[in-house]
Amino acid sequence: MRISELANPSRFVRAANLVMPWLSGAAAIVFAFALYRAMLAPDDYQQGATVKIMFLHVPSAWLGMLCWALMTVAALGTLVWCHPLADVTAKAAAPLGAAFTLLCLVTGSLWGRPEWGTYWVWDARLTSELILFLLYLGVIALWRTVEDPSRAARAVAILTLVGAIDLPIIKFSVDWWNTLHQGASVLRVGGSTIDPTILIPLLLMTAAFTLLFVTLLLAAMRNEILRRRVRTLRLLQASVAG
Amino acid sequence: MQVTAHIGFIVAAYGAGVVVVVALIAWVMLDYRLQRRILAELETKGISRRSARESADE
Repeated sequence: MRISELANPSRFVRAANLVMPWLSGAAAIVFAFALYRAMLAPDDYQQGATVKIMFLHVPSAWLGMLCWALMTVAALGTLVWCHPLADVTAKAAAPLGAAFTLLCLVTGSLWGRPEWGTYWVWDARLTSELILFLLYLGVIALWRTVEDPSRAARAVAILTLVGAIDLPIIKFSVDWWNTLHQGASVLRVGGSTIDPTILIPLLLMTAAFTLLFVTLLLAAMRNEILRRRVRTLRLLQASVAG
Repeated sequence: MQVTAHIGFIVAAYGAGVVVVVALIAWVMLDYRLQRRILAELETKGISRRSARESADE
């Protein structure tokens, strides 16, 4: 089967049903191994044991941004190419992105209290991440407000493209402004500054979360396709009854 | 792992992680069941998609 053939929703559902058991199994195995490595990771010389919160905070921050980047590509798919699965992807991804961004904010606060002495500070990184969460809520609200899915998709696509401005702001906020949040330590020019005993569990947790995200996204897309079938059948039922 | 004064923050963070992951898994699973049930109900009433009818006729 060619990738382009997956543009057909029925074929996509069949392919998703085949792939999801393998993906969820892989996610469970990688999660088990990553949590084992995270448990064995030593305390950081500055942060102590609270470095273990980073094993949740960093993957959730990565997924919050990855999900909006994916929605941005989907928005182009809706507006430019009218791809049949583009708005299905955007709608299915939004709650996942919101959940992981919320987890990033919560775990960041729980790390900040012992390390910074405060749960929250209005610095550029934290504020731009909060804006991303609010954007997700705005997108979810917009999907629920406009009843016609194709009209909602166009409105959401425009909001998503505008909101994409927040992604480079989040990434470079620690370089552009004087923030309490630390600078880049994983993806940076010159390599990571993190010791391998902590970096490896961090990357494993990121891989596990990413596998979980892909599995959940496929499942949510399948659900959205079924929801649209239900809507079509109800409209058909109403027209027959009328 | 050493038991530290900050263990409560670590446990709370992992608790939040479990809540979010379990909630997302439950959301997709329950939504799938709901949509499948509604589709089955509509089809028992004789309402089906044109493509489904055509494949049934073949």
